[in-house]
Amino acid sequence: MKVEQDYIRDIAEMRSLMERSSKFLSLSGLAGIMAGVYALAGAYIAYRFFNFNPDKIVYSIVKPESLYADLFKVVLLAIIILILAIGTAIFLSFKKAHKRGEKLWNPTARRLLIHMAIPLIAGGLLILILTSKGLIGLIAPFTLLFYGLALYNAGKFTYEEVKSLGLIEIGLGLISSYFVEYGLLFWTVGFGVVHIIYGIYMHYRYER
Amino acid sequence: MKIVTDHLHKAFESRIRLGIMSVLAVNDMLDFNTLKDYLDVTDGNLASHLKALEKEAFIDVKKSFIGRKPNTKYFMTELGKKAFTDHLKALEKLIKSQQ
Repeated sequence: MKVEQDYIRDIAEMRSLMERSSKFLSLSGLAGIMAGVYALAGAYIAYRFFNFNPDKIVYSIVKPESLYADLFKVVLLAIIILILAIGTAIFLSFKKAHKRGEKLWNPTARRLLIHMAIPLIAGGLLILILTSKGLIGLIAPFTLLFYGLALYNAGKFTYEEVKSLGLIEIGLGLISSYFVEYGLLFWTVGFGVVHIIYGIYMHYRYER
Repeated sequence: MKIVTDHLHKAFESRIRLGIMSVLAVNDMLDFNTLKDYLDVTDGNLASHLKALEKEAFIDVKKSFIGRKPNTKYFMTELGKKAFTDHLKALEKLIKSQQ
């Protein structure tokens, strides 16, 4: 016959199993910090060297060829930053999962990814369409908005805090779609500063 | 010491079985290898515990093929859900009564 201590241990173990098997807990706070740093660097390069700072929603009224050349560079830059950020996140998650004695690719990782991917892909396609129609001023607000939606959605399958991060990004996206002239600034705050603060918070809360 | 055992099901005496039920309670369906990873047990050990739960009709299997490889997925039955919830309630009562 089991005694009380055994039952309490059973319950603790069940709780941990339920959490581990339903939530992806290998996300690293450091990855958030790094993503923020990349974003800050990218925004600076886009602003300083590519003169990217859309102040109106529609750019097609004045259509200097140089604008599209610069825009192409900005898109390329954005893709490089995205790859760097995702690469760092995967690498650090892999290390964290390894340390916890788990595999990185498991049902929780799969669920997290699917729930993030749907809003992100929908948003990405919409942004491409808007860009092709010359609505360049909406790129920054909409990336914030859809990224926020993706995070909020993914929050169910990982740390609760990801939901709050998502809400902040959604808020920033909405505000910046009104104040389009500050789009790049909001984008820098959302992807740069907020990521770094969030990453530091998560690192101290869960990784020490 | 008086222990309430009304709803503490025999099948859940084993911690591995309890673990299987916990994991399946929060996942629709899981295959053998994933269960093994979560529970950290050997193949034979896990298989025998799964058999036992299957015999109680607490879990069921769904067999399919991925390409040519057979793939068996396990899920919790309605009966299993009820038994698991009752077990949790009984545990709760037990611990409360001893405080």
